[in-house]
Amino acid sequence: MGKRGSITFWLAIGWIAVVIVCAITAPWWPVPAPDLIDPDLLATPPCVGHPLGTDTMGRDIAARLLFGARVSIIVGFCAPLVGMVLGSLLGVPAGFYRGRPERLILFILDTLLAFPGLVFLLVFTFVFGASLTTITVALGVLTAPRFARVARANTIRFAEREFVLAARGVGAGDFSIILREILPNVLAPMLIYMLLVIGFVIVAEGGLGFLGLSVPSPAPSWGGMIAGGRDILDQAPHVSLIPTAVMFLTVLSVNLIGDAVRGRLDRREGQL
Amino acid sequence: MRFLWGKLVHLSLVVVAVTALTFLMLDHVPADIASEVAGQGATSEDIAAVRERLGLNDPLPVRYGRWIAAAVRGDLGNSFASGQPVVEAIRSHLPVTVELIVLAQLFALLLAIPAGVVTAWRAGSPLDRTLGTVAFGFASLPAFALAIGLILVFALRLKWLPATGYTPLTGGIAANLKGFLLPALSIALVEWVPLMRVLRGDMISTLKEDFILLARCKGLPTRQILIGHALRPSCFTLVTVFGMQAASLIGGAVLIELIFSLPGIGRLLVTGIFAQDYPVVQGCVLLIAMAYVGMNFLVDVCYGLLDPRVLKGGR
Amino acid sequence: MTAAFDRHLLVAEDISVHIPSGGGTVRAVDRVSLSLERGKTLALVGESGSGKSMLCRAILGIPPGRAATRGRIIFGERDLAQLPEKELNAIRGREIGVVLQNPMSSLNPVLKVGWQIAEPMLRHLGISLLKARERAVELLGAVGIPRPAERVDCYPHQLSGGMRQRVAIAIALACDPQLLIADEPTTALDVTVQAEILNLLGRLQMERRMAMILVSHDLGVVAGRAHETAVMYAGRIVEQAPTVILFDQMRMRYTRALFDSIPRLDAPSGQPLASIGGQLPDLAAELQGCRFAPRCRRAEDRCFAEEPPLVADGLEDHRFACWFPCEPGISVTPPGPLLPKRIMS
Repeated sequence: MGKRGSITFWLAIGWIAVVIVCAITAPWWPVPAPDLIDPDLLATPPCVGHPLGTDTMGRDIAARLLFGARVSIIVGFCAPLVGMVLGSLLGVPAGFYRGRPERLILFILDTLLAFPGLVFLLVFTFVFGASLTTITVALGVLTAPRFARVARANTIRFAEREFVLAARGVGAGDFSIILREILPNVLAPMLIYMLLVIGFVIVAEGGLGFLGLSVPSPAPSWGGMIAGGRDILDQAPHVSLIPTAVMFLTVLSVNLIGDAVRGRLDRREGQL
Repeated sequence: MRFLWGKLVHLSLVVVAVTALTFLMLDHVPADIASEVAGQGATSEDIAAVRERLGLNDPLPVRYGRWIAAAVRGDLGNSFASGQPVVEAIRSHLPVTVELIVLAQLFALLLAIPAGVVTAWRAGSPLDRTLGTVAFGFASLPAFALAIGLILVFALRLKWLPATGYTPLTGGIAANLKGFLLPALSIALVEWVPLMRVLRGDMISTLKEDFILLARCKGLPTRQILIGHALRPSCFTLVTVFGMQAASLIGGAVLIELIFSLPGIGRLLVTGIFAQDYPVVQGCVLLIAMAYVGMNFLVDVCYGLLDPRVLKGGR
Repeated sequence: MTAAFDRHLLVAEDISVHIPSGGGTVRAVDRVSLSLERGKTLALVGESGSGKSMLCRAILGIPPGRAATRGRIIFGERDLAQLPEKELNAIRGREIGVVLQNPMSSLNPVLKVGWQIAEPMLRHLGISLLKARERAVELLGAVGIPRPAERVDCYPHQLSGGMRQRVAIAIALACDPQLLIADEPTTALDVTVQAEILNLLGRLQMERRMAMILVSHDLGVVAGRAHETAVMYAGRIVEQAPTVILFDQMRMRYTRALFDSIPRLDAPSGQPLASIGGQLPDLAAELQGCRFAPRCRRAEDRCFAEEPPLVADGLEDHRFACWFPCEPGISVTPPGPLLPKRIMS
């Protein structure tokens, strides 16, 4: 990675840090409340009092971005965690035991992959109600099969290694081998993969918000904000474009970080 | 060929599992379908009659068995909302989605193959790095955001293309294609990135092969070496990713279909879910699962076409 | 001068191949000169890594990766080193045919062998597809493949290793080249097939009056099959002579060592196979003196300080680079099973 590469890497880190700080400090910024409707100022461009302008209902875009960041960040980081845990539960035994359990788990994974994600998300939120938690869990479940594949592949890789055979030699049970020998080794590639999934989840949450199915209104989400400006795209493009740009930069930064970390790890493995 | 048969059995079981899972999930949605179907002001007797007519009193396995038995015969029941046979609804919505997918994936390939080949050939060059950066940017944009941008530029500002709306093929091929251009492009501009990346990666390793060196020793021009010798053996991952993308678009292009008002499967599915029109949802889920499974199968068949060693050796 | 060029098909002068790498520039080939007459065979012999294959790739104008070639490569009347890529492409495959080491990987697995043979003809000779197919069948017959009319539609994986190498030879011969470069053509093959392929190459060369560069790490392969033999070590030619003379009296100790490492059927059983101790020097480093000195039992201070020039001593065309060569009288017996079958004119 050249000097230019590391500059973009730190820029990406910087942007993510800004978004996280904004998400945490959202209530204390000197902007109007995110659900405060200003009927005189509908979809106005940036002006005094509204640094990024207002949306079609006269709500402050900056404030809505700040609170929307909470949704994106929480979902973006927690859903992959859920997916990683579920994926490990499926993938590690599949890679460790092979044979019949593996075939059964692969069948479950194929079923999950063939299941339309949208139906799952919609029904899940119907049943449990749309909230930050349900959306996080639902998106987490959707990413689980991908994590399971990574977990299985890496488990297979490590299950034949000397230290596992040695542990077996001294009479360690399956459970303790998985817990002590396999999991710590599978964790690193899983975490790397998680970095790559975060961007996907933020986009997916944006899609849900676009459909109006993310956190219930009037709570803001970036996807919902993009959708909100759709009808006045011609007259006031900033209503859609500002949240689009923020979301783009966030996903781009996460992807850049994931890519850089993975590249560094690959190189270290290549040197071994 | 035997491994293809084993795969087929496995994949049919997946379809059964997916539809059964859908039944189970829909059964837990807290809504009284019978009273919705009976309409407002219906007496409890009316509702009970509707429930009886729809067979909602039977236990879940019985209902699922009845449904799948009918589905095998090609009968997916009637929509709760409109009374229209679900098969009819799917038949009228599917061509739109298929056209969208075909065009989108075609555009994606048209972008990905030249870009993948050139960046592999000139790996590490400024061109490679520039294209890599561009691809990285597109990979970070959601398709719906791209759609908004494309509408803004090409429909509202330049006024070259319609922003939304669908013209059936009977309304003329040109008008029909015009309506599909922006939605297909919105999808393609996102989908080409993974295609290009896997092609570039595989192609770089292919170009290190001895048979490429021999092709150069034969005095073949670069273009013929890249296209005629290196491309086909480098297409395996590309085909896999391509198949998975195409399969996921059957039900996954909802946002694009909604933004551009295209009456496709995704829209049928979402309206079905919102209206709790379960036969429609079930039908769409069946279609989507079958698309996933069918694509999986097709990808394996394509391996055989790409590499003569696969079919014979069954490696 | 012109007379020499008439007789000579290929004259290479001062060829160097420099490959940039992490630890400095690797001089894979370092100031090598050689010449080859029409219809004759030149053998390049040396350990792997000695630069034989690099030298061939330099002659073909396809050095690996970002490597740079220097020197003059006069082929016919043109200097290949100066030709633009397009004109080089018109020579490769048409006037110079190439056979690579491993037939398992040098044929494209997804293309029928007939097409792979036809390709250079379509490219260079401008003949029709039908005609090219006809000639591909003829060529397959000429390289000794039975039922060529059927085999032309086979994929490489349907053929054995020896058959595939025959196909590779057919590809190299497709446009009737004046020069055939065979880069370790038998190394990857079964011992039983090796002799067949070498004999086929020799026969085809005679029939078609081609010149040939035969690369091998095995002096035994070269015996009786090349007019001239050049021994390479660490990017340099260290000994060069007509093959008969070379086998008669090896002056360089490296050549002796190579010779002693040929497995022989007539050696007493149980006797360990001789191998050359030590390893090739790091070609990225600045090298002083004789490159073989660190591995040479006879090496003295001078060997480490000064590089010996490649010069003749007595016999005009027997050149070697050594300060303390073996005595010319010491004659070695060529290895039993590979005894030259026909002494070349």
